[in-house]
Amino acid sequence: MSSFSVTEPSSRTKWFAGTLVVLYAVITMIPLVWIALTGFKSPADAISYPPKYLIGGDSDTSFTPTLEGYVNLFTTRTRQTPEFLDANPPETWADEIVRQYDMVIVGPSKFGERFLNSVIIGFGSTFLSVFLGTLAAYAFSRFKIPLADDLLFFILSTRMMPPIAVAIPIFLMYRQLGLSDTHLGMILLYTGVNISLAVWLLKSFIDGIPTEYEEAALIDGYTRFQAFYKVVLPQAATGIASTAIFCLIFAWNEYAFAVLLTTANAQTAPPFIPTIIGVGGLDWPAIAAGVTIFLLPVMIFTILLRKHLLRGITFGAVRK
Amino acid sequence: MAQIVIRNLKKEFGAFTAVRESSFTIEDGEFFMLLGPSGCGKTTTLRMIAGLELPTSGEILLDGEEISQLPPRERDIAFVFQMFALYPHMNVRKNISYPLVSQGMPRAQVKAKVAEVAQILGIEDILDRPVGGLSGGDRQRVALGRAIVREPKAFMMDEPLGALDAEFREHMADELRALHDRMGATTVYVTHDQLEAMQMGDKIVVMNNAVVEQFGTPQEIYDKPATMFVASFIGSPSMNFVNFHGQLGPNASELDMLGGRFSVPQSREPFEGDMAFGVRPEHVTLSDAAGFRGEVLATEYLGTTQIVTLQTAGGEVKARIPSSQPAKPGESVGLSFDPKTVTLFDRQSGRALKSELNESVLHG
Repeated sequence: MSSFSVTEPSSRTKWFAGTLVVLYAVITMIPLVWIALTGFKSPADAISYPPKYLIGGDSDTSFTPTLEGYVNLFTTRTRQTPEFLDANPPETWADEIVRQYDMVIVGPSKFGERFLNSVIIGFGSTFLSVFLGTLAAYAFSRFKIPLADDLLFFILSTRMMPPIAVAIPIFLMYRQLGLSDTHLGMILLYTGVNISLAVWLLKSFIDGIPTEYEEAALIDGYTRFQAFYKVVLPQAATGIASTAIFCLIFAWNEYAFAVLLTTANAQTAPPFIPTIIGVGGLDWPAIAAGVTIFLLPVMIFTILLRKHLLRGITFGAVRK
Repeated sequence: MAQIVIRNLKKEFGAFTAVRESSFTIEDGEFFMLLGPSGCGKTTTLRMIAGLELPTSGEILLDGEEISQLPPRERDIAFVFQMFALYPHMNVRKNISYPLVSQGMPRAQVKAKVAEVAQILGIEDILDRPVGGLSGGDRQRVALGRAIVREPKAFMMDEPLGALDAEFREHMADELRALHDRMGATTVYVTHDQLEAMQMGDKIVVMNNAVVEQFGTPQEIYDKPATMFVASFIGSPSMNFVNFHGQLGPNASELDMLGGRFSVPQSREPFEGDMAFGVRPEHVTLSDAAGFRGEVLATEYLGTTQIVTLQTAGGEVKARIPSSQPAKPGESVGLSFDPKTVTLFDRQSGRALKSELNESVLHG
């Protein structure tokens, strides 16, 4: 059709829009690609000028990929005398990599532990926020609660100042309560910050689910809780998934409280990564490797829940 | 199958009274219509019977057992929602089997029951389809299937045809009525469509402003309205009211109105004051001989009949007359009324005055 259409964009509009989207995507992807590449460079290549951005080859702008950064990230190493090195030939490929700096691997680094802390605290607080948020949102959406509007506003108001503004009181409180540097403490803290977002987001999702579904379930012989569990929850999957992603992203990336409240036991990855200092300068490849690994869980989680973000379920069975 | 007795049922939402002291009885196997304009409390009444709302006071007896405060799952009453409320995350089969699964019925038995219901409703070929893509009629059938599959004591239907296209409504109405006749289950049906109520119901309750105005068979409601509201709500065009001030003697079968003398059904209660002379358009005839005059304002052609609007001394009157009879705007014609069908109303209270015609249906 060559004639003008109101609903169908013209091919020129489509082309323009497509170019714009691709351009934007490329620009936002550059830092991520740069970090991923740096993770596979040697320390010298990472800071060379002009920058090296091509893999393989021997031009000025290309580098040979190496796992040095990842090895350095996951291990602690010490420099040894030539006699010692000669007496102990390298056993693994990782040993070989560190040998070029006359070093030997003496054990794992703290990164694995810190990463695991991030997983426990991030997913733990996400689960708790979404769980409590869903229950609260359902209650606010369906039941007559005295002062419901005021309560909702109060919940929202907890987000009106930056959480870090209360860092000192929380620090003192946590020390008194013995929650400093514990997983539970960090989970509670991130849940506290996220819960208002979770309640508000989920309430609007649950408000959008017609009450007839639950009433039908009540009539069909289910209890209120069963109706909630079997009928409302599947309908709210979209909302729960997007809320979970928002909560996880916050808890996963949070830096300030993690620096302040955790030191050894419950330290998460964000405060740990910058502490990876190499010998004679910042070990950029190791830091980049840490960042790359750190990015993966949120990315995977988002991709897994992507299906729910697009409103997959047909909301057509109740006619409006 | 069951008889439902509603006794002094009342529902208040805060300061707002949705249903005020209603009482009526739904006999076993009846197709019972709750009719009224929107906001009159009919849906609230239905929801109270089903257990989706708890009454403020009053009783609901299901086969003699008081159920007004029980949760819905302990009542054995099915409900068909206006918007169908099919579970969108399940296919047709799962939707229909859901009430059986909740009872813990063995899987083979569930399958057999669903197949039987699907056959009754003619939806066997869509059992494995998701409910999202179904047509309005099929959704309606699935919703019915979900209700009948568990063989409940009674069915509640909240304007089940309201979401369908006009053309399809009639068809579904027939189907519903046929289904009811086949199963003989007590059915309570809410509608604001008086035609639907007349067409389908064995009995009708007319509600207005949280109050039951009248309760009876469609014929009783149509021919012997208990209040001016019922008279004007039922029938299209609605009943004519000729307003006048006059008096009615005991056992009088004639009455003076606006300078003329008219026959009426023999009175059972004397009255003096502002009255309305109620007569349906089809009981008005136009003839030059009659003394009561009116001027033709408009005519509305309806095929075999036409509706003629006339201006009289007592207000506007509509007459349904054969299309063949000439009537032109501007003409002055005489009106006469079929005396057996007249209902007189107390205009102050809107209540019908008791007469030979309606004494059998007026209570209290």
